[in-house]
Amino acid sequence: MPRPGTPMPTPMRNDRRRLLGAGLAAFAGLLVAPRGAFALDDTQARALISRAVTEVNSAIDSGKTGQPLYDLFESIFVRFADVPTIARSALGTASRSASGAQMAAFTTAFRGYISRKYGKRFREFIGARFEVQGARLVKGFYEVKTVAYLQGQAPFEVLWHVSDKSGKDLFFNIIIEGVNMLAAERTEIGAMLDARHGDIDALIKDLKTAG
Amino acid sequence: MALAMGLALAGCGEMAARPQPTGINDPYESANRRVHAFNKGFDTAVFKARPGHPRTIDNGFTRSVTNVGNNLGLPGKVVNSLLQGRPEPAVKNTFRFLINSTVGLAGIFDPAGSSFSLPETDTDFGETLAVWGMGEGAYMELPFFGPSTERDAAGRIVDIAMNPVGAVLKGSDATAATVARLAGKAAERKRFGETVESILYDSADSYAQSRLLYLQSRRYQLGGKENNDAQAWDPYADPYAQ
Repeated sequence: MPRPGTPMPTPMRNDRRRLLGAGLAAFAGLLVAPRGAFALDDTQARALISRAVTEVNSAIDSGKTGQPLYDLFESIFVRFADVPTIARSALGTASRSASGAQMAAFTTAFRGYISRKYGKRFREFIGARFEVQGARLVKGFYEVKTVAYLQGQAPFEVLWHVSDKSGKDLFFNIIIEGVNMLAAERTEIGAMLDARHGDIDALIKDLKTAG
Repeated sequence: MALAMGLALAGCGEMAARPQPTGINDPYESANRRVHAFNKGFDTAVFKARPGHPRTIDNGFTRSVTNVGNNLGLPGKVVNSLLQGRPEPAVKNTFRFLINSTVGLAGIFDPAGSSFSLPETDTDFGETLAVWGMGEGAYMELPFFGPSTERDAAGRIVDIAMNPVGAVLKGSDATAATVARLAGKAAERKRFGETVESILYDSADSYAQSRLLYLQSRRYQLGGKENNDAQAWDPYADPYAQ
């Protein structure tokens, strides 16, 4: 699809072309000003995940372990993922009744929790290779397909869902062989909240050391 | 005879391909949770890593034991692929079985996977039932086997009864094959110890988490590589309710 504002090579009289041009520019302005659904394209989505995968690979190869490695993952997570949206989705309906301060505290605690939880597991990915295979549009966001190659295992599919609706190109979900990170974290956070009788502050406090 | 019937049924199944179910259908939750507590107790007693010991034990020994057990499972998978009307995985798994049973020394090594690009294509009678058009049914947690559905539980029973290896081997050989398969499952449990134990022992609700993970990965496996876009999570469209 041509980008908005691409000159149309149609023979037209100057005045009509100018008028149409102005219209197109206004239309393009509408699309661009509040970044619209078409601002992100598959090349950008692929590029984002390629960069994220490269950084994850170099973090795994860095030889760091424990907290320094988790810190590295947290910085990657913050730069490439839409953490506030992931956190809100994981908290589910409870995020509707949470105050702004609670949401901010929860998001920060959630970020550390995710980095520790998945950071621990990333040790299993030492020597792994992620290959970006392609991207396609799904319901207004992009799905970038990567294949993970692990020694001694059949290659498996990892899908990254990328959106620009936060104002930046960021991923908001990872699906490993059909297993959806947002769904898993919603189950986990929901169970933690139930165990604390719906007390968000208690959840935030415990999340700071969980994972 | 059974094969011909299966192939005929498989033909109908493909035509009447039903949409993948979504969500969680768990009317037996309280009974399932009791089975889960039993399974978790069993796992804690038998497999759980002691404090300070690694959860995952992935070495030459656990790999070999897993390989031998999985190799003995291949003939059953070949039969299931044929019943599903899928000759390609049947042929691949047949060659895999022949190579690993001979060059791979009764399946201890996996030359088929490492040198001939013939990784195992996993399948079972639960998948055959799905291909034939049977619905998933309610979620079930089975003693020792763990997460399942009504359809997959029926499939388990048929797979155990069908067991082509047991039909060919006699007496102590058949017993040895069964022991090797069980040992393979135990070794596999330790090879993926980190994954299993993070779900069982680190989750706030290990029952709910294992149910979710089982249903998601099972539906992915049975749905082939097709993704259902309409069911994709879009937290921007509706951040709260999914």
